[in-house]
Amino acid sequence: MSKNGPPTLKEPFSGAPKTCPEQAIDSASQGVVNPLSTFAAENFDASMVAKLMELMASYEAAPNLMGRWQDQVILDEIPKNSSVLDLGCGDGELLAQLIRVLDVRGQGVELDPLAVMNSIDRGVPVLNIDLDHGLGDFADQSFDYVILESTLQTLKAPMTLMKEMLRVGRRGIVSFPNFGHWRVRFDLAMRGRMPRTKGLPYGWHDTPNIHLFTLADFLDWTDSHDVKVTSALGLTDGRVHSLTREDNLTVEEALLFLESAN
Amino acid sequence: MSVDGPSEKPVHGPDHPQSVGHVQPRKAVFFESGPPLKLEAGGCLAPVEIEFETYGHLNPERDNAIFICHALTGDAHAAGWDSNPLGPLRSYRKNKPGWWDEVIGPGKPIDTRHFFVICANVIGSCYGSTGPLSINPETGQPYGLSFPVVTVGDWARLHMMLLDHLGIDSLYAVVGGSVGGQQALEIALGWPERVRRLIILSAGYRITAQGLGFNSVARHAIVNDPNFNGGHYYSGQPPLMGLAAARMLAHITYLSEESMGHKFGRRLQDKSQPDFTLTGVEFEVESYLKHQGESFVQRYDPNSYLYITRAMDYYDASLRTDGDLTRAAALLQAKTMVVSFSSDWLFPPELCRELVSAMCRAGRAVTYVDIPSRYGHDAFLVETETVSRLIDSFLRH
Repeated sequence: MSKNGPPTLKEPFSGAPKTCPEQAIDSASQGVVNPLSTFAAENFDASMVAKLMELMASYEAAPNLMGRWQDQVILDEIPKNSSVLDLGCGDGELLAQLIRVLDVRGQGVELDPLAVMNSIDRGVPVLNIDLDHGLGDFADQSFDYVILESTLQTLKAPMTLMKEMLRVGRRGIVSFPNFGHWRVRFDLAMRGRMPRTKGLPYGWHDTPNIHLFTLADFLDWTDSHDVKVTSALGLTDGRVHSLTREDNLTVEEALLFLESAN
Repeated sequence: MSVDGPSEKPVHGPDHPQSVGHVQPRKAVFFESGPPLKLEAGGCLAPVEIEFETYGHLNPERDNAIFICHALTGDAHAAGWDSNPLGPLRSYRKNKPGWWDEVIGPGKPIDTRHFFVICANVIGSCYGSTGPLSINPETGQPYGLSFPVVTVGDWARLHMMLLDHLGIDSLYAVVGGSVGGQQALEIALGWPERVRRLIILSAGYRITAQGLGFNSVARHAIVNDPNFNGGHYYSGQPPLMGLAAARMLAHITYLSEESMGHKFGRRLQDKSQPDFTLTGVEFEVESYLKHQGESFVQRYDPNSYLYITRAMDYYDASLRTDGDLTRAAALLQAKTMVVSFSSDWLFPPELCRELVSAMCRAGRAVTYVDIPSRYGHDAFLVETETVSRLIDSFLRH
């Protein structure tokens, strides 16, 4: 390990080790070349480094909208007088707006006691229950929309909840940080560290995000479970845009509208 | 601390700006003429007196009333000071304010500057509403066990008659804890168009088999006290040992293993070595419960304890819809908040949640909060800060 410590985000190569630690260990003990050594900085040519630096700079310069852009999209999308179940509703901000602006019949679910209190302060009906215990309280197709904003990756049984979501709601709205984003891949591949990005700001030991996945992973699941993605939006460099399968490397956060195909 | 008495916290004297000050109990009498009140369990009663207190002022629109439902052995004296209490069993009021004084008053969560607050004593009790201690006009003697069996449904109905009497059509909120929460639920289910908000603390839509068991042991202790005499003890020695035992048992159910461990542990009472006595007090917890029993018998009628625990036993909100709680929950129109406490084993969180689940299944929006607390069932009166914050916030919308 370099004595200069881990590389900083802005200057990714300034303190980078010449070889990755795995190779150092393996070479010393077994004398074989580790294939991961291709990721060592010296193997990149100058133009690649420059391109990466440029990408990094624009990533850092973009406004941090993580977790804050979806509310407006949802407000624009949901028709008046709908019924909405917001799973992991946090401080109840979105539901309060939906109730006030769109006369929605809203119900929140939130585990964190402080957030529950804040929801009550806003006049939002909220259930202080654990999503990992399922949605057994709710009847089939009893809501027009079930929202799961930036919560799926924190659950113990995310796929169970996805199925429950489409049982209880006629439509599901899911958003999540994309673990396939190049910046995430960079941290893992180049720095050999668990990623810390705008959307995933925690350390490996204190993160609530226990089931990280990529856009491609999620679409594999929708494909194999007859779930139709009716529309999809993404956040890239502070810009909201419509999302395609090809965006797995570039999109920071994804928001998908889902329906059961059958 | 006790489930229906004030906890050991600083109190606001009658002159404190946040106290409702000195209060006077009031009475309303129903069924003085005409057919008597027909009770749910089949009995009849006339006349029926209801003792109640009010705090704050009814606004010209008459829409700012909040009805408070007291717990098992509580009374209508929810706030302020009744310094010269008249009538039997009330001397305990001399040195403390009403049982929910921390929550009701000017600038408190149930703010008497904005709300007109009503609390009424339930029939069957011994605090002014007609009960076994009252004189039966036909005999000129106390009713004793000839008093008819009463139910939570009867309480709710009479209290709605009280609201009619006061000229109140619609309640801003009905609030209750423990069996008071059950009465609040009954009011909201029976008169949905008259209740705009419902707050239920530490209560389920019925009690569990364990709860029935506790109540049955309590009654067993009373009716098998040698002084019980079939409930005709008013001219002699009342069955106070039985009532004290009932209270001691009940008190254990109001605490939790953790709170008892924290409060007393296995410490001995005023000694470092046990006396190896079978009949004396050895442990602190024994001394505490003994004290609870002894002070309770100074303020409660044993017959009332039989009637009120029975009312609690029989209550099951799902019975109005043939045992289907979801159909019952669908009747609710009030904005509802249910609060449970993690260590409550009389009304455990899972039980409190059943009503919440039923409301969800019925497509009703509902707020449910499970508060981590070690204070057991008592928590709704002990965790005042959290409860106050929740009530204050919920009543604002």
